Amino acid sequence: MKLMWFHLMPYTELPEDFREENPGIWVDINSRLFDPERAHHMYNDFMDELEFAATCGFDAICVNEHHSNGYGLMPSPNLIASTLARRTSDTMICIMGNSLALYNPPTRVAEEMAMIDCISGGRLIAGFPVGTPMDTCYAYGQNPSMLRDRYYEAHDLVKRAWTEREVFSFNGRYNQLRYVNIWPHPVQKPHPPIWIPGGGSVETWQWCAEMDYVYCYLSYFGYKIGLNTMRGFWNEMEQLGKEPNPYRAGFLQFVGVAESREEAMRLYKEPAEYFYGRCLHIDPRYAQPPGYTTEATIRARVEGQVATAAKKATARGKTATQIEDIIDQGYIIIGSPDEVAEQLRHAATEMNVGHLMMLCQFGNMSKQLAAYNTRMFAEKVMPQVSDMFDDKWEDHWWPTPIPAAERAVPNSALDGSLAEAAE
Amino acid sequence: MSAFEETSLSINGADFRVWTAGTGPKLGVLAGFGGLLQWPPFLVRLAKTRTVIVPSLPGFPGGGGRAHVDLDSVLDWLLLVREILNGCALTGEDLLGISLGAALAGDVTAVWPHKTKRLVLVSPLGICIDGNPMADPWGVTPQDLPALLCSNPQTLEAHQKMPEGGDDLEWEVSQIRANEAAARLLWPTGDTGLGKRIGRIFCDTLIVWGAEDKVVPPDYHPIYKNGPKGTVSERMIEGAGHQVDFDRPEQLANAINEFLG
Repeated sequence: MKLMWFHLMPYTELPEDFREENPGIWVDINSRLFDPERAHHMYNDFMDELEFAATCGFDAICVNEHHSNGYGLMPSPNLIASTLARRTSDTMICIMGNSLALYNPPTRVAEEMAMIDCISGGRLIAGFPVGTPMDTCYAYGQNPSMLRDRYYEAHDLVKRAWTEREVFSFNGRYNQLRYVNIWPHPVQKPHPPIWIPGGGSVETWQWCAEMDYVYCYLSYFGYKIGLNTMRGFWNEMEQLGKEPNPYRAGFLQFVGVAESREEAMRLYKEPAEYFYGRCLHIDPRYAQPPGYTTEATIRARVEGQVATAAKKATARGKTATQIEDIIDQGYIIIGSPDEVAEQLRHAATEMNVGHLMMLCQFGNMSKQLAAYNTRMFAEKVMPQVSDMFDDKWEDHWWPTPIPAAERAVPNSALDGSLAEAAE
Repeated sequence: MSAFEETSLSINGADFRVWTAGTGPKLGVLAGFGGLLQWPPFLVRLAKTRTVIVPSLPGFPGGGGRAHVDLDSVLDWLLLVREILNGCALTGEDLLGISLGAALAGDVTAVWPHKTKRLVLVSPLGICIDGNPMADPWGVTPQDLPALLCSNPQTLEAHQKMPEGGDDLEWEVSQIRANEAAARLLWPTGDTGLGKRIGRIFCDTLIVWGAEDKVVPPDYHPIYKNGPKGTVSERMIEGAGHQVDFDRPEQLANAINEFLG
C-alpha cells in the first residue's frame, strides 16, 4: 500500500456567512474576500505541512490545480512542486495534476514536469486531469465542445516530447509546432508515471487501461460513495482483461485521527464543517457546460463529482454540513488510530485501491492540528495499513528515482557552506 | 401541426433535415439558440405568405448528428452553412436568421453577398463589445435558460416538451447536443468575428429586437444597425425577449412580412 499526503490548499478565512452571502466558491467567488497578506501565511503554512508530511514517512506528497477557487489556492501546482523537489529528499512528488488542454503550447507542461523530475531526481508522478468545468471552461475559457479532444491531443504531444530524442514537428488539430525539442527531458524513462484523476466515465477507465495509466478517483464524499465508482472501474478492467492489481487505482480520502473518537469529533468538527459547508458551496450554474460530458456518459447516467456537489448545493440534494452527518455518510474517516486503520483497511480492500491519498488538512484546519493529524496518522495508522497488497502485487506505476546515494543534496543558502566554498 | 414537408440533405456523410412549408416567395430560415424540435407557431404564421425553407444547422435537432464536432473555426461553420443553403436552392433568396442563426445568416451574407436577396436578423449574435458581452447562456442552469431566452418561458418550455411516446433520454441528449453546438460556435463571449465583416452586407436588411431581450444589451443595437452598407431598418417588438419567435410569433411574422412586402 502506498500512503500519500494530499493538500488542496483551501483559503482558511472565508467568513461564517459565506454560504448565505455568496453564490459559490468557484469562478465568480468574491475576490474582495482574498487577503494576500493572509495568503502569504497560508501558503507558507501549507508548504510547511507538505514538507512535514514528507518527514513523517508518507510515500508521496500531492498537489493539484484549480483556478478561481476558494478551496484550492494552487493555480500552478508546479510552482509548489518545484519547491518541494528541493525541500524534500526521498518522498515522491505527485502533481495531480496539470489540466493539459489549458496550456498553449502543451509542451510547457512537458518542460515544467521534466524540470521537476530533474530537480527531484526522478521522484515525479505526472497527473493529467481533463480538469473540472469550472477550472477549464469558465475560469480559463476553454470551449467545452473541444476540451476533451484538446486534452487527448495535448497528452499525445507531451508524451512524444518526453520520449522522442529527435526534433520533430507536430501538426495537430489544435497545436501546430514546427520544432518540438524540449530541454530538459525527464529523468524517468520512458517518462514519469502518468496518473489520471477522473470521475466515473467509462471512456476514461478504458483509456487508462489502454494506456496503462493509474486511474484516481479524488472523492470529497468518502469511500462509501466512492465504492460504486471503483466497482465500476474494476468491472471495466475485468472486461478488458486487465489484472486486478490495486496499484492501478488511487483514491482520495479525508481522515481525522486523535486519541479517541470523541476527541477526534471535537478536534475536526470545525474544519470539517468549514469544508463541507463553505468550500463545497458550488454554484450549479458552472457545473455542466454543454459538451463537457460526453454523450456516452450522459447515456450511462453517470455524473461527475462537481456536478454532484453542485446538485447537492441546491434544493435537489443536500451535502452533509454538520459533523455528525459528515461522519455518518462517510465523507471523513474519523476516530482513534485503530478505528481509522480498521476503516481504511476495509475501504482499501473493498475498493481494491493501492494508492490512498490522505487529506489530513481540510477546511480551515490550523497548521498545528494538521501537523498533529499527520503525525498521528504516520505513527499510529500507517503501520497498520502500509503492508496491504504488497505480498501479492507489485506497483508498476510508481516513480523510479535516481538511487538516493547518487542524488544531489540541495545546499541551504542559510547553512553557509556555499559561501565557504566560494572563498 | 404537420403542414410541412420534411426532406434531407446529405453533405459530407451527414444528413441535414430540411423543413419546407407554405406558399409564396422563398425565405430561408436559420433557427435560434436550441434549434427546432417541433414545427413552431411562428413558422405557421410565416408560411401563410412565404415558402419557408428551414434547414437544420450542424449539431442542432436534425442537424447531421454530431456534425458540429468537425467544425473548428468560423470558416468551417460558414462553408458548411453555405453548402446547406445551396442544397436548399437558397442561392439568391431572402434569408432570415434568429439569434445564433442570425450570426450565421449575417456572416454568410457578408461572405457571399450576391447569394442573399434581403436579410432579416432577429436578435442577432456574433459581435462582442469588450467588457459588455452578451449574457452567458451557459452561466445559468438548464432549468433557468428558458427564462433568459424568453420573456414568456412557457412558450419555449412547451416547444421543448417531448411528444407522447418519445425516448426521454434521446430527447434530452438532442437538446444538450444543440446547446453544445451553440457553445462550439459562440463560447465564451459570443464573438464569431461578424463585427469585422458586417460592413460587407450590402442588401436591404431588417434588424428585429425584443424589447425585453435579456441576452443582448441595447448597446449592441447601433452596431448592427449601422454596420451593414445596405439600407437597414430596425423594429422593436414589445413584450418579447431574445427569442422573439417564441414570445411574439404573430408580431414577428407581421414585421417580416411588412419588410419583405
